[in-house]
Amino acid sequence: MSAAEVWALAPYLALAGGIVLLLLAVAALRSHQVAFWGAIATLAIPLAFVPTALGGGTQIVDEVLEIDGYALFFFVLFSLAAITTAVLSAHYLGSRATHRQEFYLLLTTATLGAAVTAGASHFATFLMGLEVLSISLYAMIAYPEEGHPPLEAAAKYLVLSGAASSTMLFGMALIYAASNSLAFEAAGDIAAGEHNVLVLGQAMLLVGVFFKLSLVPFHMWTPDVYQGAPAPVTGFVATVSKGAVFAVLLRYAIDADLLASSAVGIVIAVIAVLSMVVGNILALLQTNLKRLLAYSSIAHLGYLMIALVVAGTAAGQALGVESGLFYVAGYFLMTLAAFGVITVLSNETEDADQISGYEGLLWRRPAIAAVLAAAALALAGIPLTVGFFAKFYLVAAGVGNAAWGLVWALIVGSAIGIYYYLRIVFAMTKRPDGDRTHEGRRVPWEGLLTIGILGLLVVALGLYPTPAIELIRGLAGP
Amino acid sequence: MVLFVVILALLAAGVVAWASERLSKDAPRLVSILAFGAGLVWSAVLWLDGADAGGLYAAMDWPWITRFGIHLALEMDGLSLLMVALTMFLGIVAVVSSWDEIEVGQGFFQFNILWVMAGVVGVFTAMDLLLFFFFWEVMLIPMYLLIAIWGHEEKAYASMKFFLFTQISGLLMLFAILALVYVHHGATGEITFSYKALLDAEIEPRIAIWLMLGFFVAFATKLPSVPVHTWLPDAHTQAPTAGSVILAGILLKTGAYGIIRFAVPLFPEASADFALWAMLLGTVSILYGGAMAFSQSDFKRLVAYSSIAHMGFVLLGVYAFNELGMQGAIVTMVAHGFSTAALFMMAGAIQQRLHTREMAQMGGLWKHAPRMGTMTLFFVIASVGMPGLGNFVGEFLALLGAFQENWVMAVVATLGIVVAAVYGLYLMQRSFQGTPNPDVASMRDFGLREMSVMAAMMAGLVWVGVYPQHVLELSNATIQTLGILP
Repeated sequence: MSAAEVWALAPYLALAGGIVLLLLAVAALRSHQVAFWGAIATLAIPLAFVPTALGGGTQIVDEVLEIDGYALFFFVLFSLAAITTAVLSAHYLGSRATHRQEFYLLLTTATLGAAVTAGASHFATFLMGLEVLSISLYAMIAYPEEGHPPLEAAAKYLVLSGAASSTMLFGMALIYAASNSLAFEAAGDIAAGEHNVLVLGQAMLLVGVFFKLSLVPFHMWTPDVYQGAPAPVTGFVATVSKGAVFAVLLRYAIDADLLASSAVGIVIAVIAVLSMVVGNILALLQTNLKRLLAYSSIAHLGYLMIALVVAGTAAGQALGVESGLFYVAGYFLMTLAAFGVITVLSNETEDADQISGYEGLLWRRPAIAAVLAAAALALAGIPLTVGFFAKFYLVAAGVGNAAWGLVWALIVGSAIGIYYYLRIVFAMTKRPDGDRTHEGRRVPWEGLLTIGILGLLVVALGLYPTPAIELIRGLAGP
Repeated sequence: MVLFVVILALLAAGVVAWASERLSKDAPRLVSILAFGAGLVWSAVLWLDGADAGGLYAAMDWPWITRFGIHLALEMDGLSLLMVALTMFLGIVAVVSSWDEIEVGQGFFQFNILWVMAGVVGVFTAMDLLLFFFFWEVMLIPMYLLIAIWGHEEKAYASMKFFLFTQISGLLMLFAILALVYVHHGATGEITFSYKALLDAEIEPRIAIWLMLGFFVAFATKLPSVPVHTWLPDAHTQAPTAGSVILAGILLKTGAYGIIRFAVPLFPEASADFALWAMLLGTVSILYGGAMAFSQSDFKRLVAYSSIAHMGFVLLGVYAFNELGMQGAIVTMVAHGFSTAALFMMAGAIQQRLHTREMAQMGGLWKHAPRMGTMTLFFVIASVGMPGLGNFVGEFLALLGAFQENWVMAVVATLGIVVAAVYGLYLMQRSFQGTPNPDVASMRDFGLREMSVMAAMMAGLVWVGVYPQHVLELSNATIQTLGILP
């Protein structure tokens, strides 16, 4: 391993080293303060190594990790999302678990798994990263001691996710049988020929990936897990876990020339359209905010598939990747803001997940209501929020590469979506009428600060997205 | 530069108004009045200063999203100036008309009014298609909140319907904008959303007709024209008075403005092919709106339907494709802004006093409130199309223009003026004249505050009616530069 490779690997090494230290610290000093600040440091310190790693250009470490702007973009994104989750969880878990220390440990391992997955250029790292992420998530979902829902959600996620992983593993084996290599690019070398074993393997791989991304028809687990999991963890599952799988899928699609087979392209397009339509229509029926956001995330991942389809074509690769990264970043911001609001409003035992509980929030807590309104409008894709430019980017990418059907589905899906996102806003604007949900309780200041920053970013990037676009353009190109 | 500052100032005034709620109950209203007053003075100064050689009163162009060639390009020519001045003026009217109506959240109410108007100023001055779309949406959410929070009984239904109609038609327009940019990119290799660059885009007629329809549907929904008008009666009726004033006075005009500025100039050939259909829609709107207005028992709903009829004249005039018709459409926009805003203000005032909008529960109100009666009579007469007042000039010119193009349509549309007289006088008779309703013991008449804005609107209508030259000069400058007339 050369020095350049070590420098490229430095953020990952720092994160892994930090996790070991955190593990020792948690075991030795059963202190919440130490665990919390240790986790923040573990997640923040590796970020200091990112500029150096970026400066070294693309480094392929031992064939298994491809560390470039693309991988580091996701590294930073996941670390920031994990820090957000840690801050939001600190108060939330206070009443739900006697020992909160291990939660932070799980959060850091999940982040490491996600970061490795996003940097994978080889099936070994792909699978290892994904499993580290998933196994950490099972425990995080089931973390609260009281209550049946988290356990049910975790069990459901464990069984179904395990089944998806094994399907994926079988797919990898078939791809290996066809290409004689576990590297992504080896599959690309034989993609041009009609290779049945390869296509079958890729189909099985995609089933697993679509499950993790909760695309229709592999979405059944999503609403239950979203509802049952603790609110900050749901935010983490919705963003980091899906972001990591999307990152590796996009890289695989480009390296292995996934869309060389027109059948695969059609399947992805059909699944994208189904997700947009089904996700949005089922979201219309929800009265529980977490379930609503679950269905909305199904639709959003459907939109995101436009980036994949565009990036899979030779002409659209750069624009497709750019639009995908911008969309993921915007989706992280708005989803974390929405789940952040749910977290800070949740009381000692129950999550604030009934939409009816938000009635009149604008008059009782205007600042929190403003953040949720910004998040909801961003998810709906209304201008003034980052959600608009994220969708705009996808539509521009789709139109530029003549993916008209997908663009139309996005527009129809957005039109349906407006209705249920607006219902959230409408509920909050109801005049106060004696109902005093969420009132009088202390809202943690660090939670308020976090959602405040997220809300401001949602609006700021909706007003002037140019810096973010330029940054992503500089990093894009896996 | 100055245009951007004005928009930012309105947005900032909204925040200040919201924050000033803590100081006193009156502070938010005063902030709004001051902001709109300053805006009105600023427009007057621009007008008196005169345009530069290019016919512009103000212009700016900053890069915004360089990746897609999107610019923060704002320009103000004669038509924009006219519309912005009307916006500022009706902003004051809207604030005054809801002076006593709003009890909860006065600060947030003024915030929304100011933000709608900031979006509207942006719409009237944007010279970049994406920026235009951006402002088009900016005015939507505060308007939605105005109806959803401070509306009447059916506010949830009305506000949602308003939002869905506008947003979905807006998405069609966004798609058309992107497709237009894509076509232009294919021909020239340059990605730009600049209005002026896209004016020269060469588009195959087969595609142009669809793109034109994308724009047209969005603008026709806002205008509104039959058959996409159904949101309007609900939204206008359920909105608080200030909301109705803004909707009818200004937001409908953004639809008309969009047709004149974008739909027609960007796709001249497609629009010419479509002209007959658009004129037909205008004529149907005139007659349908009039007939529906006549059959209403709700004061506010009647005025709302009459708006559909009046906006039909705009459609008729624009698609006549001659100078007279276009001039008529623009004068109608201004005059309708005054007359309908006044009538909605009246409807709101009556509802506040009697707690009903049903005309069956009115009758003989003149006895209690002669000043309100006189004002209603004046604006009903104006709306009917009395010569000497603004509406007459606009509708007459629009019909004259339409007559040159298609005399059958013009003759049929003229019937609309007769229908207007019927429902207008019917409104007057049922509310203010006839046997006094014994249930109404007394009613507070208009005070100085209401009378002064009413007087200002009267003056506006007389000005446009007796000496339309000022408006015609401003609009003519734009019509010539748009280059849409054969």
